[in-house]
Amino acid sequence: MIKVVHYINQFFAQIGGEEMAHIPAERHDGEVKGPGAAFKAAFKDEAEIISTIVCGDSYFNEHLEEAKSTILAWVKELNPDVFIAGPAFNAGRYGVACGTIADAVQEELGIPAVTGMYVENPGADMFKNKVYTVPTKNSAAGARDAVSKMAPLALKLAKKEAIGASCQDNYMPNGTRVNFFEEKRGSRRAVDMLLKKLADKPFVTEYPMPDFDRVAPNPAVKDISKATIAIVTSGGIVPKGNPDHIESSNASHYGEYDITGVTDLTEATYETAHGGYDPVYANEDSDRVIPVDVLRDMEKEGIIGKLHNKFYTTVGNGTAVASSKAFAEEFSQKLLADGVDAVILTST
Amino acid sequence: MRRLELGHINITDIQFGSESKIENGVLYVDEEAVKAIVLEDERIKDCKLDIAKPGESVRITPVKDVIEPRVKVEGRGGIFPGVISKVDTVGEGKTYALKGMAVVTAGKIVGFQEGIIDMTGPGADYTPFSKLNNLVVVCEPVEGIKQHDYEPAVRFAGFRVAVYLGELARELTPDKVEVFETYGIMEGAEKLPGLPRVAYVQMLQSQGLLHDTYVYGVDAKKTLSTIMTPTEIMDGAIVSGNCVSACDKNPTYVHLNNGVVHDLFEEHGKTINFVCQIITNENVYLADKQRSSDWTAKLCRLLDLDGIVLSQEGFGNPDTDLIMNCKKIEAEGVKTVIITDEYAGRDGKSQSLADADVAADAVITGGNANQVIVLPKLDKVIGTLDYVNTIAGGNEHSLREDGTIEVEIQAITGATNETGFGYLSAR
Repeated sequence: MIKVVHYINQFFAQIGGEEMAHIPAERHDGEVKGPGAAFKAAFKDEAEIISTIVCGDSYFNEHLEEAKSTILAWVKELNPDVFIAGPAFNAGRYGVACGTIADAVQEELGIPAVTGMYVENPGADMFKNKVYTVPTKNSAAGARDAVSKMAPLALKLAKKEAIGASCQDNYMPNGTRVNFFEEKRGSRRAVDMLLKKLADKPFVTEYPMPDFDRVAPNPAVKDISKATIAIVTSGGIVPKGNPDHIESSNASHYGEYDITGVTDLTEATYETAHGGYDPVYANEDSDRVIPVDVLRDMEKEGIIGKLHNKFYTTVGNGTAVASSKAFAEEFSQKLLADGVDAVILTST
Repeated sequence: MRRLELGHINITDIQFGSESKIENGVLYVDEEAVKAIVLEDERIKDCKLDIAKPGESVRITPVKDVIEPRVKVEGRGGIFPGVISKVDTVGEGKTYALKGMAVVTAGKIVGFQEGIIDMTGPGADYTPFSKLNNLVVVCEPVEGIKQHDYEPAVRFAGFRVAVYLGELARELTPDKVEVFETYGIMEGAEKLPGLPRVAYVQMLQSQGLLHDTYVYGVDAKKTLSTIMTPTEIMDGAIVSGNCVSACDKNPTYVHLNNGVVHDLFEEHGKTINFVCQIITNENVYLADKQRSSDWTAKLCRLLDLDGIVLSQEGFGNPDTDLIMNCKKIEAEGVKTVIITDEYAGRDGKSQSLADADVAADAVITGGNANQVIVLPKLDKVIGTLDYVNTIAGGNEHSLREDGTIEVEIQAITGATNETGFGYLSAR
């Protein structure tokens, strides 16, 4: 029989609402609580819940490391075939707790996990690419539906069966494209989709376009000869030795470097940290990626007002759009505070 | 009104015989006669014929083209106008097609972009051509010939054989008749008032260097986007000249039996007015891309269309044509559904297309071409396994010691077809 450990919060364990959210993790071996009853029914004789772990939402999020290590130790000892967290519906802290603990169980114990929550639960965006997350309704009224999808997926994971595409096994698209055979051929599906689109009826695209955050350029600088120009790059140019250890791929941070008095970037002084292109030419002469030499000439000739004394740099290679956005939001404020009028943004 | 009757002559078996003929659904092929037709071209040194039937332990590779034999029984022109038959507008009258079979041309051309057709096993699920009785023509070039000279030789040889076999059906009575009717622009608007006006916009592979498609014999990269009656393709107005990745190139069989055309005809007069087919190309230069997509959008507007289905051929570079077309056509207020396939990496985790736009909100996918599959050792190979390691989708370790082949489905002919010919998809 497949062994299941089920994680729920204080509310679904019927201990109490917000006023009881502070309770630390509890382990109830051999007990089935809250939605566990529905899971039990759905499993029939294939699986049993060997333990239910309950934790207050506030406690989990405020004592994250402590809660995680306590629960992980219990789950390790219980050694289930699959770990189920939730469903959390639209409860934000509960959703984050479900995602966090399910992810930890998978990563640290190698036990497959499944959770479920409403698509707008912040836990969904945080964990849907790491843990199979079943989309649920936004309230516990959707419990029956949630369990009917989570239970078969949990059984499949426990049995180490191949997981189908998100639309087949009812989990949120998780960034991994999975092939499968449809019942209708592609051309027929295209015609059906067009008929819906023409009738303004809802339809579901088979490949949602990735979000391309296109930013409209600002109007042209009126008088460039009076403007302070700064350099920003995703080409990974850093002082020799990469003092801040910017990663060669999927960078976690950016660098801010002073170029006061620097008129030329040389092989001895600068290099690239970027791992996504042949670095030979950038290392020979980093001006090829950020044109400090030319801008110094233009500064001298009065074509531009001034080259800003700091440049901002990171590695674009495999770096998540979310990280890039966060970097830029931060250093744009610094650029504004320093009175920079325009930026030359170089990529590779 | 234009009307085409398409008669189905069902072929349930192919056998070699002393005389080429069709009797009780069996196609008998005079091997020597067919060889003579292939060898009419002095660029072909030799050829071998073979037969592959559904379910047999047979692998055909490297596959160049797949062609359905047809014959023009009534009406203007002949099959493959401007290529085999004289130039004349086709798509009206009566045409017979040999259903359930195909002529498959095989043998080395480029080596890395010809495909695999397995007649059984897991590979067979990915190719529509495993369900057909296939007459395979394996060609061998004369020595010293360049690939771009040899490709048309094999291309034309396949068409000649298909036309020769199609002729055998001329006096037969079809097992089934499909009727396709289209109207003039004004006529359609009057006859089908209130129905949404819909067209099929087909992008033809035209990147050049053996990535080509021909329309009435004209190289598609030298054409401007234009309008066709959707029945014209059923007489072979568009043919393949491609040596592109096998999974998402359109063999001539797919042009003849285009799924979008057939499925739009299913709705024609009921839920939509299927106005016409618009063809456009996929050239590599930016100016060409801009011009061609401008023209498709302009034609969509001129025809007062409400919606279109847009199909692609190939991947990467043509993704930009796909998105340009989609964006511009949507911007004209014409609702668009696109059909493409994906290169999401072997792990399925990469971005699937090389370009994207919010206007592309209705996408049909033929699946991830990078998915890896292990093809079992089969009893017989028609052609040669010499190129399995270098084929697009293969690698130096593809052909394994035990005879199994590990490849991306990219190497399987028709696996992720972007006219929606197959059933594969992805989420």
